[in-house]
Amino acid sequence: MKKLFILLAIFIVSAGLSSAGAAPPKELRDLYFGEALYDAYQADWFDAIARLDTELMQHYDVDEPERDTLHYHINQAEFDVGDFELGYRMHRRAGRAIKAVIEDNVDEPVRNEAIFRLAQLYFFKDEPVEAQAAVDRITGKVPPKIQDDLDSLRAQIRMANRRYAEAAEILSGLQKAKDLEGFSSYNLGIALIKEGKEAEGREYLDRTGRITGQDELTLAIKDKANLVLGSKLMKDKNFEGAKKILDRVRLNGPFSNRALLDSGWADAFQGRFERALVPWSVLATREVTDPSVQEALLAVPYAYGRLNTYSRAAVLYGSALEKFAAEFDKIDASIQSIRDGHFLKALVREELQQDPDWVVKLRKLPQTPETYYLLDLMASHDFQESLKNYLDLEQLRRKLETWDRNLDAFEDIIARRRAYYEPLLPGIDRDFRRLDSLMRLRLEQRDRIEQRLKAMLVVPRPDFLATANERILAERITLMERKMTAGGKTVPAGVEARIQRLRGVLHWNLYTEYDRRYTEAYKHHRDLIREVDRMKKQYAAFVRTRQAATQSYEGYDGVIHRQRVLIQKAREKVGKLMERQGQILETMALNELTQRRERLAEFQVKARFSMADSYDRATRTQIQERMKK
Amino acid sequence: MHNWKSGIILTISVLVMSAAAHGEDISREQMKGLDEQVQEIKSDVLAISSELNQLEEKLLYPSNTQVAVFVSLAGGETYRLDSVEIRLDGKPVAHHIYTFKELEALQKGGVQHIYTGNIRTGAHELQVQVMGQNPGGADFQKSEHFKVDKDVGPKIVELSLAARNITLKDR
Repeated sequence: MKKLFILLAIFIVSAGLSSAGAAPPKELRDLYFGEALYDAYQADWFDAIARLDTELMQHYDVDEPERDTLHYHINQAEFDVGDFELGYRMHRRAGRAIKAVIEDNVDEPVRNEAIFRLAQLYFFKDEPVEAQAAVDRITGKVPPKIQDDLDSLRAQIRMANRRYAEAAEILSGLQKAKDLEGFSSYNLGIALIKEGKEAEGREYLDRTGRITGQDELTLAIKDKANLVLGSKLMKDKNFEGAKKILDRVRLNGPFSNRALLDSGWADAFQGRFERALVPWSVLATREVTDPSVQEALLAVPYAYGRLNTYSRAAVLYGSALEKFAAEFDKIDASIQSIRDGHFLKALVREELQQDPDWVVKLRKLPQTPETYYLLDLMASHDFQESLKNYLDLEQLRRKLETWDRNLDAFEDIIARRRAYYEPLLPGIDRDFRRLDSLMRLRLEQRDRIEQRLKAMLVVPRPDFLATANERILAERITLMERKMTAGGKTVPAGVEARIQRLRGVLHWNLYTEYDRRYTEAYKHHRDLIREVDRMKKQYAAFVRTRQAATQSYEGYDGVIHRQRVLIQKAREKVGKLMERQGQILETMALNELTQRRERLAEFQVKARFSMADSYDRATRTQIQERMKK
Repeated sequence: MHNWKSGIILTISVLVMSAAAHGEDISREQMKGLDEQVQEIKSDVLAISSELNQLEEKLLYPSNTQVAVFVSLAGGETYRLDSVEIRLDGKPVAHHIYTFKELEALQKGGVQHIYTGNIRTGAHELQVQVMGQNPGGADFQKSEHFKVDKDVGPKIVELSLAARNITLKDR
């Protein structure tokens, strides 16, 4: 019974853990955070944590985190990363992350939700005292969405700590919680029974066994309540009452086989063997690997024997023996298959991981005889935890293998880039240096012209705006004049007048056209600035591309080497852990099969003995009948 | 005959799921110790993954050429999204058919990182084609063209999908 309760509690808590947290923010500012949520909503915990870890690391690395888009979600991101770790069953890290949130300056509801998660974690890890201490820290406002789950957890923790009266009180307040329908009344029934209030507890089990919900979980807890109550009545020898309760269990639910078997016994104990045959005959046609079905294979001929139809009983015992022999072969094949390593291979089959009912499907797959007898074992908490670890390790193994190959590809890319760029870069750099000096020259010219234009606004200098032709003419006039006055000669009067006139024309043009020329010079200067700006952009783009070219193959060797070492180490560790975890799974499976084999052996002995006994009785009856005749 | 029957009766009190006594060979401490080691290796591999993510981004998608496209569902949308196809400058770069789990994750507010690639700086054409089924059950198909301007930094765009329209949000 305790085991049953623990299983039920684990079921409720693990359901809570798997659906952990992560509501989307009202306005999503950081798309990479949204990506982590997308992965988490699909329970793809590894990718969700890896993405969020990367984002958080980058966020804290930037100079001004408040300008990073994750800044808007940072509290939630910190909370969610713990939540995702919980989903990924990294309890230690999740515990640290959640504690960090609790100790941080956060709102009361956020803090309380974090403590709730921490308490769930402790409870899930079978540390009820720590879980109790955690929930006791919850004070003030609790988010409404977790209120019922929190109360339910409080009750379960108290039950685990044997504080049944307090648990019952909390559970009494949860009887109207729709989401917990069936579970709250079932747990209340168990808590009351544990507290010593047997009658009241049974009343709640009875109430659970009559609820009208339609979803599969509610129906399952309803069946379970009926089965538990039925078995209690059987122990009390209240077979009539037990029969009524057991007949409430659905004929197609997960508890139907056991209920049919017990229902038959309830009749048999009252001497109603014809009626007992009804559920047992139904049960005897079901999947023969089920322990209840195997019992029914003996129970049916037993009932016929009690009805004095010994010959039929003997035939049915014979048929049971044949079936048991076949099952023996199956169990032996399963044991051999597990020893050959096929069980672990079957567990990691890719197509099964996609199916939520994969445990059931596994049994139906060909070439997996090792799984025929393990459905019940596979549903157990310990096996599930070990299996999840094994599957997680398998996922890590595949990832590490892929990453190792990726590193090869990265190195190949880098080598190709180096081979392409390295021969080109010296020539490009040479051209670049030439263009760079030209550009610097033009920039100096632009600056000088700008200075002059600015100065000319204050002190006009028409000579600065002379055309090239005008400068040549002025030079030529000066040269002619110099030649004529060489050696102290005097310039003839007519020539001097002509020179003056020419100078006058140049002067006239420069001064009368000054404004126009200044405006044009100003426009040309603006054009020059635009061109220089365009050139600067090209220059910057070139520098970036040049830098990117180098960066595309330089500076990776150290990182890749380090990653390769880390991956190699991790692969070795994963390999060893898989081996150990696999051994545990195989041992569990072998133990289960051995137990079932021993049980089957007992049945076989009993069937042989009973068959012989039935044949004797049948023969004796025939002789007696003949003698009567 | 009655011996085995009483044995069976005893089992009635132990219910169907036998989480039970498999294995004197496996202690709880052994399982707990192994579980902690599994947690440790998960942590190590996550650290490797995080560093590899950054290495991959730097090596394959440097920021000056990087373009990343995300897909989200507009708030309150209940239509069934079947597939999304994205073309960049006329070339198909991403095509995704949604599973129920993925659709549910989008409806809850998750964002799908559908494409990362490299493009030159300047203007580019982004074409999006969406197929799905509206709440009434009728099939629909929608296509939109957008202009995307790539600058020197990484280009991040979000395609917000609604039954009536597709919106491009420049991030």
